[in-house]
Amino acid sequence: MKRNTKLLAVLGVSTAAAMILSYLETLIPMNFAVPGVKIGLANLVTLFLLIKIDWKSAAAVTAVRVLLSSLLFGSFTSLAYSLAGAVLSLAVMGLLKKTERFTALGISIAGAVSHNAGQVIMAVILLSTKEIAYWLPVLIVTGTVTGLAVGAVGALLVKKIDLKL
Amino acid sequence: MDKKRIRNDLILLASILLAALAAWGVLKLAQRPGKYVVVEIDGKTSAVYPLDTDLRLDIKTEGGHVNTLVISEGRAYVESADCPDKLCVKQRAISRTGETVICLPHKLVIRIAGEGGVDTVS
Repeated sequence: MKRNTKLLAVLGVSTAAAMILSYLETLIPMNFAVPGVKIGLANLVTLFLLIKIDWKSAAAVTAVRVLLSSLLFGSFTSLAYSLAGAVLSLAVMGLLKKTERFTALGISIAGAVSHNAGQVIMAVILLSTKEIAYWLPVLIVTGTVTGLAVGAVGALLVKKIDLKL
Repeated sequence: MDKKRIRNDLILLASILLAALAAWGVLKLAQRPGKYVVVEIDGKTSAVYPLDTDLRLDIKTEGGHVNTLVISEGRAYVESADCPDKLCVKQRAISRTGETVICLPHKLVIRIAGEGGVDTVS
C-alpha cells in the first residue's frame, strides 16, 4: 500500500480509538474537590502518534477528537476547556519530542501538566477570577501522576506496535 | 543514550513538582484572614456579606439553579447545590483571602476578600 493511504488508515483508526478512550473517561467518576482532575486516557493516542509518526498527525487526530467528543459527550464550555488543554499540551509535548532528550514518560508528564495548566488559564479567563490559580498546585501534582501512568502505557505501545509506514 | 533520557525525565519531573510546591507556598503566604464573602456570578459581583455574621441563603444563578451558601463561625461554604457534579459542596469551607468555592456549571464564584479588598480585586 502507498504510504499516504496507510497513514490515512492509521490516523482514522487512531481517531476512533481516541474517541472510545474519551468516552471511557466520561464513565470514570472523578469527584475531587478540584474540578479538572482526570486520567487523560485519550492522550495515549496523541502521545503514540507524536512519537511514532509526527506532530502534525498527532495534532490532527487530537483536534478531531476534541471537537467530536465535546460535541457528543460535552458542551460548548467543555469544548473551550478541552481546546485550551489540548493546544498547550500539544505545543509542550511537540517541543519536548523535538529535543529528543526525553522518553515517552517525560513527554507524557509534561503534556498532562500543561493540559491542566491550559484548563486553569481558560477557567481564569472564562470566570474572570484569578483565584482559580489556587487549583494549579493540586492540578500539577495530579497531572504528574496521571501523565506517568499514561506515559508508561504509551511507551509500551510505542515499543510493541510496528506501524510499518 | 536511553539512560540519559530517563535521567532527563526525572529532572523534568522533579522541576515540575518543585514548581508546584513553590506555587503553593507563594499562594499560601499571600493569604490573610478574610473579612468579607464575595459572591460572583458569571464574573460579576452580585453580593457581599460580612464573614463574621452567620447566614444561610440560596444563591440563584442562570436558568433557575440554586447553590445554598452558609456562613457560620467565620467560615463560608456551599451546603447544597443542584449542579451535576456537586464539586462546590465538596470544596472545603473558606475563611482566608484568596480562597474560593467555585461551581463551574453555574459560573458561580464565592470568594473571600480582606479589609477594603472588595472593590479592588477582579
